[in-house]
Amino acid sequence: MDELLRILQTNALESHENIARMLGLPAAEVTRRIAEYERGGVIRGYQAILNEDRLELDKVTAVIEVKVTPQREGGFNTIAERISRFPEVRSAYLMSGTYDVLLFVEGPTLREVAAFVSERLSTLEGVISTSTHFMLKTYKRYGVLMHSESPDERLTVSP
Amino acid sequence: MNGSPSLRNRISATVRDIPRSGIRDFFDIVTTMKDVISLGIGEPDFDTPWHVRESTVFALERGATHYTSNLGYLELRRALARYVGKTFGADYNPEDEVLVTVGVSEALDLALRALLNPGDEVLYHEPCYVSYRATILFAYGVPVEVETRAADGFRLTRAMLEARTTPRTKVLMLNFPNNPTGAVMSRAELEDIAAFARERDLLVITDEIYGELTYDAPHTSIVSLPGMRERTIFLHGFSKAWAMTGFRLGYACGPAELIEAMMKIHQYTMLCASSLSQKAALEALARPESDIAEMVNEYRRRRNFIAAAFADMGLECHRPLGAFYAFPSVARFGLPAKEFALALLREEKVALVPGTAFGACGEGFVRCAYATRMENIKEAMVRLRRFIGRR
Repeated sequence: MDELLRILQTNALESHENIARMLGLPAAEVTRRIAEYERGGVIRGYQAILNEDRLELDKVTAVIEVKVTPQREGGFNTIAERISRFPEVRSAYLMSGTYDVLLFVEGPTLREVAAFVSERLSTLEGVISTSTHFMLKTYKRYGVLMHSESPDERLTVSP
Repeated sequence: MNGSPSLRNRISATVRDIPRSGIRDFFDIVTTMKDVISLGIGEPDFDTPWHVRESTVFALERGATHYTSNLGYLELRRALARYVGKTFGADYNPEDEVLVTVGVSEALDLALRALLNPGDEVLYHEPCYVSYRATILFAYGVPVEVETRAADGFRLTRAMLEARTTPRTKVLMLNFPNNPTGAVMSRAELEDIAAFARERDLLVITDEIYGELTYDAPHTSIVSLPGMRERTIFLHGFSKAWAMTGFRLGYACGPAELIEAMMKIHQYTMLCASSLSQKAALEALARPESDIAEMVNEYRRRRNFIAAAFADMGLECHRPLGAFYAFPSVARFGLPAKEFALALLREEKVALVPGTAFGACGEGFVRCAYATRMENIKEAMVRLRRFIGRR
């Protein structure tokens, strides 16, 4: 992967001047390439990675395994894209194995997530069955640990 | 009792006459201060890769807590021989040409003690790692320093060695990529040095602990050059490339006769390297490329960042090519390196190591380690720039 993208994946707020120094490029070139990635749809957005367990949120997250029937034209894409359009669905992936689509669904209460599954998701044409698991605690998201790392224990000066 | 002359007089003259490490003096001052950003740390900020730590715990559970063979686990020596062959281009027999040690420090001590008779001269280049001179003296050798210069990118040349060689010269010590300068020697440059070693029939001890950490071109080991394997002891370890400093695990590769001689000392003084650390090393070698590649990328970004920041603030610095150190000149501020470092510490709470800790010719320079998080480096550069602006 492009070094530039790696740096942005670690810290999307890094200034273009600093990225330019790290890569040994002119800052204008960094700005141009980022704009190109944004235009081309490689960079699809920038988000903060939150430790939501620290916020007293009225929110539950369910991980839902969905079995679907692929359609004659469009295969899995038609049904998977239709499911993805619901705002409750935060992430959706086509999977290999015993089910087809994996969803991360958020809602304010367990009851509302359950209602989403039973009333809207299960009733879609092409959805054969669902299996819902509720998430209890987050340890790591997007490669970032949610608990604090131990402090730097190195000696302050060493040979 | 402290400072009692009668006890001091009973300490061996060799030990008594060796001065305290300059880095320790500086460390003592830094530890009295709070909230210091340290670019003075000569070890990686990365954690040891998790698979290595996890497998060390597993080894402990399984009871790998006993003495190992003096040379080290044979399985580990086999893995080391494969790794050195592939990465550094020299083939060793794991049965009798590889010795696992407690860090490169022990391996270096063993090599010097195994080779030197009292009065034998050892050529080593300065600025260099803080222990070299003392380790030669502890082995009753005569340290003969060869000064490398910023103008040459702190590389060694044949002419420099020729000027310092005498009939008593027995050993040439090398350390590239270099601590503290970040210098690297190209293959062509090493060929000159190798030819000189062959002509003068010198033995070579090469400390290649930073061998994986080069940023512009792959590292060449002198041991891979023609006619060098039979006169070279190759030293390496896990501290830097795998961020395993506390495991204290190094190794030496060399002709069987020399390894046997080193093993004689090792078996009586150390017996064997830690069994758990050896298991950890075995796991580290199981998949080295991915761990190292990621760290090298990150160090390269930091190197680029620091080099650009120095250029912006007008701080003269030869381009650091390897290890994780930059070695800028502070001579134009008219202060000795130590005073510069102390003033920077007092005024801006940034710790660098004065170049003099690495030999007298380090005067006028400071070592800046970039083995620390990018946020720290960024802040340190802001402070350094402010400090320089006031001079």
